[in-house]
Amino acid sequence: MSRSVLRVVAVPVMAVVFGVFIGALLIISQGGSPAEAYRALLVGGLGDSDAVLRTLQKATPLIFGGLAVAFAFKAGMFNIGGQGQLLVGAVFAAGIGFGIDGLPVYIHLPAALIVGAVAGALWGGIAGTLKATTGAHEVIVTIMLNFVAGNLTDWLAANPWKDNSGSNIVARTPLVENSATIPTIGAVPVGFVLAVSVSIACWLVLERTSYGFEVRSVGHNRYAAQYSGMKVGWIMSSTMAVSGLLAGLGGAVESLGVDGRFEAGVNVGLGFEGITIALLARANPLGVIPAALLVGLMEAGAARMQYKSDVAPELIDVIQALILFFVAAPIIIRWLLRIRHDDSDQLQLGAGWGKS
Amino acid sequence: MSTRQKRLLYAGLTALLLLIWVFYSANDLQTTAVLAGTVRAATLLALGAMCGMICERSGVVNIGIEGQFLLSAFAAFTVASITGSLFIGTVAGIGMGLTMGWLLAAMAVGLRVDQIIAGTVLNIAALGLTSFFYDRSRSLGIGKYTNIDLGPLADIPLIGTVLFSRPPLTYLTMALLFVVHIALFRSVWGMRTRAIGEHPGAADTVGIDVLRLRYFNVTLAGGLAGLGGSYLALEAVGTFSRAMSGGRGFLALAVMIFGRRTPFGAYAAALFFGFTTALQNQFQLNNTFDIPPQFVGMLPFVVTIVVVALSGLVGSMRDPAALGQSYEKG
Repeated sequence: MSRSVLRVVAVPVMAVVFGVFIGALLIISQGGSPAEAYRALLVGGLGDSDAVLRTLQKATPLIFGGLAVAFAFKAGMFNIGGQGQLLVGAVFAAGIGFGIDGLPVYIHLPAALIVGAVAGALWGGIAGTLKATTGAHEVIVTIMLNFVAGNLTDWLAANPWKDNSGSNIVARTPLVENSATIPTIGAVPVGFVLAVSVSIACWLVLERTSYGFEVRSVGHNRYAAQYSGMKVGWIMSSTMAVSGLLAGLGGAVESLGVDGRFEAGVNVGLGFEGITIALLARANPLGVIPAALLVGLMEAGAARMQYKSDVAPELIDVIQALILFFVAAPIIIRWLLRIRHDDSDQLQLGAGWGKS
Repeated sequence: MSTRQKRLLYAGLTALLLLIWVFYSANDLQTTAVLAGTVRAATLLALGAMCGMICERSGVVNIGIEGQFLLSAFAAFTVASITGSLFIGTVAGIGMGLTMGWLLAAMAVGLRVDQIIAGTVLNIAALGLTSFFYDRSRSLGIGKYTNIDLGPLADIPLIGTVLFSRPPLTYLTMALLFVVHIALFRSVWGMRTRAIGEHPGAADTVGIDVLRLRYFNVTLAGGLAGLGGSYLALEAVGTFSRAMSGGRGFLALAVMIFGRRTPFGAYAAALFFGFTTALQNQFQLNNTFDIPPQFVGMLPFVVTIVVVALSGLVGSMRDPAALGQSYEKG
């Protein structure tokens, strides 16, 4: 057991180490001090209860985004549309959050969360259904849906759902009602607790239910799954819908728990980070939690790093790309560490564009 | 192309020209502006699509065009700004494109990383690197590429402005359409390239070094995306800004599929997408119609989804058989 865990963890951990190391070289090349910069980064993300709260808040949508990508991975599909699903989830959750008042919190908050999740599920379901029925590749369709979602949510926030209070000219919705706001207990946002629970639920579904078995079977070998009588088309559509649901829930938590409203342009890029998280976690729903905490920590500390040591916060984007590179190409790390070659931990997705 | 398809094509072209003529007689200035904007927006998409098609014809999915555009645009802009020469900047952009193409090949062909993940790594790395090294205070100083009139051709009404009074990289792109077409379909290299995309095992049997040719092609194709980046920074916009490629690398993939992985098909598709972009800009400038700009902005993406879905249903388009699979000499 411990040996196998070690083997699974070795590549991501070393990927992080290499990423941070090359990041240090970049800081030096800019004339900075890596020790000082990384210290500021850590203090900014862990130093006090405010910092911890920031880290957990940053990690929450990353967990959902990572779960979305990981869940689709299990069925051999690549959901690159987390961004769009997150946006529709965020805007519709906010819509319910500010649009209705007078409801008790135990109805209003769940309703807003569910509407956001369903919006994401529909958005992801489009791609899955098209893949299953016409063979349209989910990568192209989800990328296109990202742009459609961007335009749609911009329009909603700038026109019918615009915040008209005071002299506001920004494309954003009004603040959500108190009864739809996700509370924070001490330094722990309740949204984070929800994210962790959903991760565990995803793991249970994938590993302990017959549906999860079918999803993984389709991911391993679609044709064998079909031959053994599984409804491959249904599995693909529903997996993408679940994937979208997870991303949409992430957007809803972001609107109701962090921003307090939907604002056009605020969540840009959040959906794409799910890819890094899922790969870092090797598509394991439980691995998503530490992966998201790590990236959340970097994002929470980036501002302090810039303030204290004048290192551009975008450094963490570079480190993320490096980590992704090393995780995606484990052969490099295995070669450096002399770990025995094993093809099973190479992530493979569906091939080609039009194959169904 | 069958006779029936040809007839349809000619009928469509005639209808299109008639339509343009009607609009031109109604409002010549706006028609010219929209069509010039169409060609401008199509150039970048055509370059990206050509990059994608050379990769895919060789059996490698390149989803990293977006990142190739972005980092090349950054390199082209920075070098042009330092050296004061647009030409050297363009060369630097192409060089960066080649480097990224090589990196993609090293991951997808050499290390057999899943091709889609390899492309995603390029995209995320490009966004991170350009944001990190982005220097807000830097400017081009020398101005972007300006239009070159092609003698008396440029004086033809409408067509002259739209086609024969363009900046240099647009002309270069149009010339490259012919070059890539001939290379892909009329040369030994093109035949071998298509062979390794369809049946690498068979190509290997007749003595083609599959991995080496894939390496070469993916790197070379990166140069086209690099030219696209240079075009973006030095000809279309004249500066660099964060995430300036704005998803057009992905749109280029759709254009490539739409155009059936042929240069002229892709250019036709690129012109169509360019047209929707130009129309959107024109709508925003003068509120002729009461359509929110966001909905016009959605149009190319919705169309892409419909086209990708339909082409799967109709079965008129077939991918290279070995697309997306890494090849291991057996």
